[in-house]
Amino acid sequence: MPQNISVVENILNANDRLAEENRARIESAGVFSINIMASPGAGKTSLIEQTLPRLKDKLRVAAIDGDIATSIDSDRAAAAGALAAIQINTGGDCHLDAVMLHGALDKLDLTQFDLLIVENVGNLVCPANFKLGTHKTVLVASVPEGDDKPYKYPGTYRGVDVLVINKIDLLPYVNFKMDYFERGVQVLNPGVTTFPLSCTTGEGLDAWVEWLITNSQKA
Amino acid sequence: MHELPITESILKIALQHAEKANAKRITDLHIVIGELASMVDDSIQFYWEIIAKDTIAEKATLHFRRVPAELQCMTCFEKYHPTDKELVCPKCGGVGAKIIAGEEFALESIDVE
Repeated sequence: MPQNISVVENILNANDRLAEENRARIESAGVFSINIMASPGAGKTSLIEQTLPRLKDKLRVAAIDGDIATSIDSDRAAAAGALAAIQINTGGDCHLDAVMLHGALDKLDLTQFDLLIVENVGNLVCPANFKLGTHKTVLVASVPEGDDKPYKYPGTYRGVDVLVINKIDLLPYVNFKMDYFERGVQVLNPGVTTFPLSCTTGEGLDAWVEWLITNSQKA
Repeated sequence: MHELPITESILKIALQHAEKANAKRITDLHIVIGELASMVDDSIQFYWEIIAKDTIAEKATLHFRRVPAELQCMTCFEKYHPTDKELVCPKCGGVGAKIIAGEEFALESIDVE
C-alpha cells in the first residue's frame, strides 16, 4: 500500500536560493546591482556604452556580460569604462541563472565597486524566469520591435522593475503607437519606472543615469 | 519552458525524499502547475519517461493539478479570472491587479512503497 510523503518543494527552488545568496554577497559589499534583459539588438550593450562615460568619476562600475558566444559585449563594456568586465559564455543556454552569476562573482572583489551591471543573454522569454539576485531588473524595449510586445510577453513585462524604451529617435519612421504600448505595460505593471530614451541621440539618458546614481548611493 | 532540466529537478527532489523514507519504489508524483507558470505538462511527461528509466521512480505516474489564474484588483479588490483578451478588472476596469493564484509550480507529494 503506497504511503504518501508530503514534499511541497518549489521546483525552481535551487535557483532562487542561490539567487538569495548572490544578493547577500552583493549587498554586504555595498554594491547596487541590475540585471538588464531584452531581445537581441534592442540596445542592452549600447545602453551600457552610453551610460558608463556618464558615470565616470561618479561610480565605480563592474560589468558581467552573458552571451552564448564571444566576448564582444564585455569588450565593449570595458572600452566604455567598466573597471572590470567579465564575460560568461553559456555555450548554448538561453539565459543566465544564479549559478552562472555565482561563478562570475567569484572573479570580482565587490568591495571595489559601487554598481554591478549584469547584461543577460538576448532573449525576451527565458531570463525573466530565472532570478539572479540583483536588486533590480531592467527591460530594454526598443521602438522597432513593435508596440505589441507587452501583450505578447506578459510574463516578462509584468515582473520587471524598470522599463527602458530605446530608439525613440525612430518613432517618426516606424508604426509604433506609444499609447497602445504604454497601455499594455500599465495593465501588467502599473507604476513601473519608465525611461524613454535614445542611445543614438542621447535623448533621455540623463534621467536613467540619475536613477542609477541615486540607487547606487543608497546601497 | 526548459522542461528537460525542470524534469531532472523533479526527479532529483523525488529521489531525495524517497531515499529519506527508505522507499523501494516511487509509484506516483503529485505536481501542481499554475495557469501562469510557463510549463507544459505534456513535455514534462515526455522527458520523465526517458530520464526516470533505471531509477526507483521508473514506473511512477505523474499527476498534474492545474491551478487557474486568479487576480485581485487593487482598486476595488474584486477577485477575477483573467481571460486571454482581457486582464483589466471586469468590475471597475482597474489595471495592475495582483496575482493571487496561478504561478505555482511545485512537487506537492510523492507516493512510495
